[in-house]
Amino acid sequence: MKYDVVIGLEIHVALLTESKFLCSCSTAFGAPPNTQCCPVCLGLPGSLPVVNEKAVEYAVKAGLALNCQVHTFSRFDRKNYFYPDLPKAYQITQDTYPLCTDGFLEYYIDDELRCTAITRLHLEEEAGKLIHSGSSIVDSEYSLVDYNRAGIPLIEIVTAPDITSPRQARLFLEQLRLVMRYIGVSDVKMEEGSLRCDANISLKPQGSPVLGTKVEIKNLNSFRALERALEYEVKRQSAVLERGGKIKQESRTWDERAGRTLSMRSKGDAPDYRYFPEPDLPPLQLDPAWVNCLKDTLPELPLARLRRLEESYGLSRYEATFLVNYPDFGDLFLELAKAGEDNTALVNLLMGDYARLAREQGHLAPGRIAELLRIVAEGLITHNQSKAVLEELFRSPLSPREIVRDKGWEVLRDAEQLRAMVQEALAANPDIVSRYRAGEERLWGYLVGQVMRAAAGKADPKVVNELLKEELARG
Amino acid sequence: MRELAELLQTGQVSSTELVIACLEQIKQTDGVINAFLTVDEQGALEQAAQSDARRARGEALSPWDGIPVAIKDNISTRGLRTTCASRILRNYHPVYDATVVERLKQAGLPILGKTNLDEFAMGSSTEYSAFGVTKNPHDPARVAGGSSGGSAAAVAAGQVPWALGTDTGGSIRQPSSFCGVVGLKPTYGRVSRYGVVALAPSLDQVGPLAKTVEEAAALFSLIAGEDPRDATSAGAPAFQVPRWNAAVVQGLRVGVPEEFFSSGLNAEVEAAVRRSLRTLEEQGAVLKPISLATNDYAIDTYLTLVTAEASSCLARFDGVRYGERVAAPDANTMFAKTRGAGFGAEVKRRIMLGTYVLSASHYEAYYEQAQRVRTLIKLEIARAFEQVDVIITPTTPSTAFRIGEKRNPLEMYLSDLYTATANLSGICALSLPCGYDSQGLPIGLQIMGDHYQEELVFQVGRVVEASVERGPKVEV
Repeated sequence: MKYDVVIGLEIHVALLTESKFLCSCSTAFGAPPNTQCCPVCLGLPGSLPVVNEKAVEYAVKAGLALNCQVHTFSRFDRKNYFYPDLPKAYQITQDTYPLCTDGFLEYYIDDELRCTAITRLHLEEEAGKLIHSGSSIVDSEYSLVDYNRAGIPLIEIVTAPDITSPRQARLFLEQLRLVMRYIGVSDVKMEEGSLRCDANISLKPQGSPVLGTKVEIKNLNSFRALERALEYEVKRQSAVLERGGKIKQESRTWDERAGRTLSMRSKGDAPDYRYFPEPDLPPLQLDPAWVNCLKDTLPELPLARLRRLEESYGLSRYEATFLVNYPDFGDLFLELAKAGEDNTALVNLLMGDYARLAREQGHLAPGRIAELLRIVAEGLITHNQSKAVLEELFRSPLSPREIVRDKGWEVLRDAEQLRAMVQEALAANPDIVSRYRAGEERLWGYLVGQVMRAAAGKADPKVVNELLKEELARG
Repeated sequence: MRELAELLQTGQVSSTELVIACLEQIKQTDGVINAFLTVDEQGALEQAAQSDARRARGEALSPWDGIPVAIKDNISTRGLRTTCASRILRNYHPVYDATVVERLKQAGLPILGKTNLDEFAMGSSTEYSAFGVTKNPHDPARVAGGSSGGSAAAVAAGQVPWALGTDTGGSIRQPSSFCGVVGLKPTYGRVSRYGVVALAPSLDQVGPLAKTVEEAAALFSLIAGEDPRDATSAGAPAFQVPRWNAAVVQGLRVGVPEEFFSSGLNAEVEAAVRRSLRTLEEQGAVLKPISLATNDYAIDTYLTLVTAEASSCLARFDGVRYGERVAAPDANTMFAKTRGAGFGAEVKRRIMLGTYVLSASHYEAYYEQAQRVRTLIKLEIARAFEQVDVIITPTTPSTAFRIGEKRNPLEMYLSDLYTATANLSGICALSLPCGYDSQGLPIGLQIMGDHYQEELVFQVGRVVEASVERGPKVEV
């Protein structure tokens, strides 16, 4: 039988605020364990939370960027459960009245535009980090807790079960990451845990309106893991169904090394979190004018930029996608294109050697790039030489013109100087000259090469060609 | 206290002498009373010496600089053991001061020590302390009330001029009533809860206990006002001790709710409260019979919400970061054993009740229902304050009961019958002595005022206080 795949995602994004969600401790990554803690994020008796306005601002921006309805009234709730990484034994989150609902995100699968609905987006606090002496809390002799991470603001984003393939799930998540990066609310690094994703997946007979039993997959630590784990689940679940078996509603964890999912707990073991309104925090009431103000500060989002690059700058989907995916390159492109640089030459430069060098060493000042393009266009250097100048630009503080002057890389255009070189080359290769004259026209290139070599590659090819023609004609 | 302040100001007495006198009184009486869990003799003497030095330089931090204070042991004091009268925190030393403690220190008050309470403030007699019951200074066979029994008894026994307590359903007012002292439950949010170990955050408030209304008002003035570390204190005004004006009762509309004078109320208590009401009437107040019918539901509502919030607030005592820990081979067993060994029976009972009322299948029937009733109580109180300026009731249905007398928890919960409404509605309420029963036990009168009406409540309290004969002196 054929099956329809139904996938929904639950995504956590750590917000890039300087201080934590409910206290003023630093959120900087990588500090020695338990050095960024205070009574509040350690849950010491008597401590109280106070909401970081910046976290609310970032969450609202994220909601707006995902086309959500931002609620001017939302409320915090406690989610109660025991775990050593959870200092208060409850997480402050938003359950009944989330900050944002009813959004969507559009993205391309190949050339096809897709839209996935966002059910809700809410604010909550991060837990601490457990470091086990063994491989998990169950088989460890001891576990250590680092509370530096505890209390970092998170947004949880829940999608509708709109996604129909593992690849689509990955593309959606990639687009979401890009949106978060564009609005600057998170560094969205899956490897550092600032972007995390759980997936719900179920199968149903093709075309059936009835949803199948869903399985939750956790521990998806990369885009590849998300796609692979879902692919594995599609196979596993269809095999179970083909056998006439039933899918168990459960949570499964992705075992990256073994390449399969493993059962964690069944629905019956699912904890009762005993949610109730957080009495230590008044409800969050936003000024609609403030929300509108934030809306106006949103930058151009990835999809809009893609369209603009294609439509207004004539770039190919491939080129435009590159510039969208690397927004720093996109920004650079737009800045230089606005200054009147040639779009094609510019995008070729940015996607070529420049991309490699800039990733290693950081970007060049746009003015230096513009000058490089200009001296090529003017013919001060050849396209070939521009690569050497580019390399030099990453090493030297000089401008492109200064580099060219210092290195003596200006194109040789002086006819007398070049004529002497042409004559020398002809004189040095009488054999080739006579064969050329006898009709072996392909030897032209060889002769040009000899002149260029004598000119150390700096000769203007147009002038060389003309002079060579003249000298050969002269006989 | 005004006299004490003047004596300090004029140099007739030093802070060190005051602290030594308190320490002496504690040594003589606390073997019987058991009001203190921790006496910080050295710390108090050091702070007193600093206060004396400030006074000598003419740099007193406040008029009260140098007058020692005691702190209920569920309020965090930096470096000074804070047990909540629980085994689970018997060696817990906070790394920070509660905002109220910080403010008292900024006013120059030496912290004499930490007072006894029912474990985690869950109780009405201080019998549920893990470290022994606090005795009533008027009769050591009787309870001091609770949960701020230690603070009330310490003030009544002359061990300390004043003290801080906390009040979630009556925990300042009921022991004040039993011990014959003055205690205020401030308007919710008017005093910072930062550093106060939570019982039920939507109801808890810190307040003063003292011998007189004026002293209670003075201590309140040091702790009141918005704290950026407590979001629920946003917008709360500070408080200044008012100029006392007995004329405030002329034309004052005093609400007398019939439900607070019904069956179950001890006749001597009723008589004393009615006597004070008559005195107010004679001075120009207008007594208005009102009805607070929702008070019948106050205790059930209160218990549902308190247990729910407490079950969540006390979950952090898991042995991972601080407090006692019972080692076990895995985390869940460690949590269970630590909590099993660390908490007393009443705490466990309330955690289980609270867990039950919050569980997904019972949430609607209990927690949500209680929230709805709470809204009705708030509305009824708001309507009442459209008609009257203050509401006067007995603080408790009876005077102090005997230690061990109330064995049934439900019977104990009824101690809060007249006090829980103020917590549920968030208004302020003052308890002050209005007489003594035939056994010489103090009787408490409660004055409830609308949100942020502490000044009015104190003014009326002072008029009542002036009309009440001083009772038998406490002999310990």
